[in-house]
Amino acid sequence: MSKLVIASIGPASSVQDGGRPGAQRYGLVPSGAMDRLALAAANTLVGNEPFTAAVEVGPFGAKFNARGGAVRVALAGAPRNADIAGRAMASDTSATLADGETLTLGFARGGSFSYLAIEGGIAGEPMFGSLAVNARAGLGSPYPRPLQAGDELQTKAASGAPEQRIELPAATDAPIRVVWGPQDDEFADETKKLFVDSEWKISAISDRMGYRLEGPVLRHLHGHNIVSDGTVNGSLQVPGNGQPIVLMPDRGTSGGYPKIATVISADLGRFAQIPAGRAFRFRAVSMAEAQAEARKFAVLLRTLPERLRAIEGVDLNIDALHDANVAGHAVSAVDAGTWHAESLADIAGPD
Amino acid sequence: MAATLPPPRLLPSGDSAITVEFSRNIDDAANRRVLALDRAMAAEPVTGVTETVPTYRSLLVHYDPEQIDFDKLGEKILALAQRPVPATTKTRRWRIPVVYGGEQGIDLEDVAKTLNTTPDEIVARHVAGDYRVAMIGFTPGWSYLSGLAESLHMPRRQNPRLLTPAGTISIGGVQTGIQCLAGPSGWHLLGRTAVRTYQLHRDPIFLLEPGDNVTFTAVDAKTFAEQDRAAESGEFIAEQIAS
Repeated sequence: MSKLVIASIGPASSVQDGGRPGAQRYGLVPSGAMDRLALAAANTLVGNEPFTAAVEVGPFGAKFNARGGAVRVALAGAPRNADIAGRAMASDTSATLADGETLTLGFARGGSFSYLAIEGGIAGEPMFGSLAVNARAGLGSPYPRPLQAGDELQTKAASGAPEQRIELPAATDAPIRVVWGPQDDEFADETKKLFVDSEWKISAISDRMGYRLEGPVLRHLHGHNIVSDGTVNGSLQVPGNGQPIVLMPDRGTSGGYPKIATVISADLGRFAQIPAGRAFRFRAVSMAEAQAEARKFAVLLRTLPERLRAIEGVDLNIDALHDANVAGHAVSAVDAGTWHAESLADIAGPD
Repeated sequence: MAATLPPPRLLPSGDSAITVEFSRNIDDAANRRVLALDRAMAAEPVTGVTETVPTYRSLLVHYDPEQIDFDKLGEKILALAQRPVPATTKTRRWRIPVVYGGEQGIDLEDVAKTLNTTPDEIVARHVAGDYRVAMIGFTPGWSYLSGLAESLHMPRRQNPRLLTPAGTISIGGVQTGIQCLAGPSGWHLLGRTAVRTYQLHRDPIFLLEPGDNVTFTAVDAKTFAEQDRAAESGEFIAEQIAS
């Protein structure tokens, strides 16, 4: 059996898959990948089912050693420098580590999370049908916690299949789309206008539970305490200080702050990748538009295999050079360095 | 003829969930309607609905927008919500042992002082209560109970504690609760139970269901310690008693 041994890895890195929906009525949140499209793309590159467990690599770098045989992997999500024993590996491609070789990942550039999928998946014991790490609930396999140096991920020996790249829709900086509600009536029309007319930044104090936003103060009409109700990924709750928190896949299943709006499901992964400190905007859309986008996104996820392309020598070189910063990208240590893995627990307690 | 029930409000929670709101307040009648709708949706599944999450005053309905849209699902929910709420439904009743005060309930004395009475009287009032699991939420197994005596209502702490122990039994506002995992809380800690409302590798993993009835019984520290060891090896400790 082949395995990937983690030689080093930054915080906020864990095994994630499609998550474990179905037990939110007992307070168990589904968890799962922050960027589902990137997870699915990485898995598709190595022939896995789209929501197979993979390594969600946080903003910092990581090193993986192949042991016991060759290991075939794919990388998607936040761009970052990557090489295998000195051979550059581009984002959105697959590659194979020979036994004993090391894959080195740099800091994320212009994003937060990358997904390292492994051909054949990661061996583990599913709980509620998922290997996804939810450290607070003691769930996740092979380790019910973020990954650390020395951890070993058991997998199958590489098949020797030809390497591929995947053509994903072009990245966009368009505003993050939201639908109003469920508690937008707790805010004056001017406050809602302020929300969509303003620039926002993601605070460095953000994690898989929630992203805190920095921007204008959003005032409540009737105070900031409501009786707890259910939350979803993308719920934009506004606590007493008027600075919204967007709830992410490790959120509490219920919350007692008014939720002014909800990020549409098709934009959640793109939102999760916005680096701390970079300005962005929100745009309110109709329910009809949000649901049309959700259906388009589902089709995109299902048709990823049609986007696979053979890697030809020339393509590989251009991509590799581009990724190695010869083509004008400056490595931004700031993106990764400002992002901390602090807990939101202090402000998200039961109410 | 039964009076027509006021329809709940259908509030969008993004493109894949609807908050079905029966009240804005903690309201026993609203909670009963939430639980009744939850049961109705389990008994007659609507295509496209993936998960329902009851809370005090609303039912969160998760769905797949590829299979059903907001308007069509909303119509079906409103029709189900018009069904009369059953006067009595078969519910389970649990007796949960609690060690009150001391190091296991560090706020008991302060609560007694604030309410101008003795710690023993606080315990007496708390064990006299007949509670219902109004919702389970926030973290796995955190059970919010309705039915707290008015004489135990008090505001939450100004400064929530960042870490409170697993098994904590606490009061906050008009509620009491069973907290399964260690975590933050702004409630007043009266005691602890050995009962694990959430325990991996036990069948069932989740002991309580929304709608279950709960009473508490006081035990001493030695009994708690024994029960805690037994619970660790998978025993329920909570007794299911006839309703």
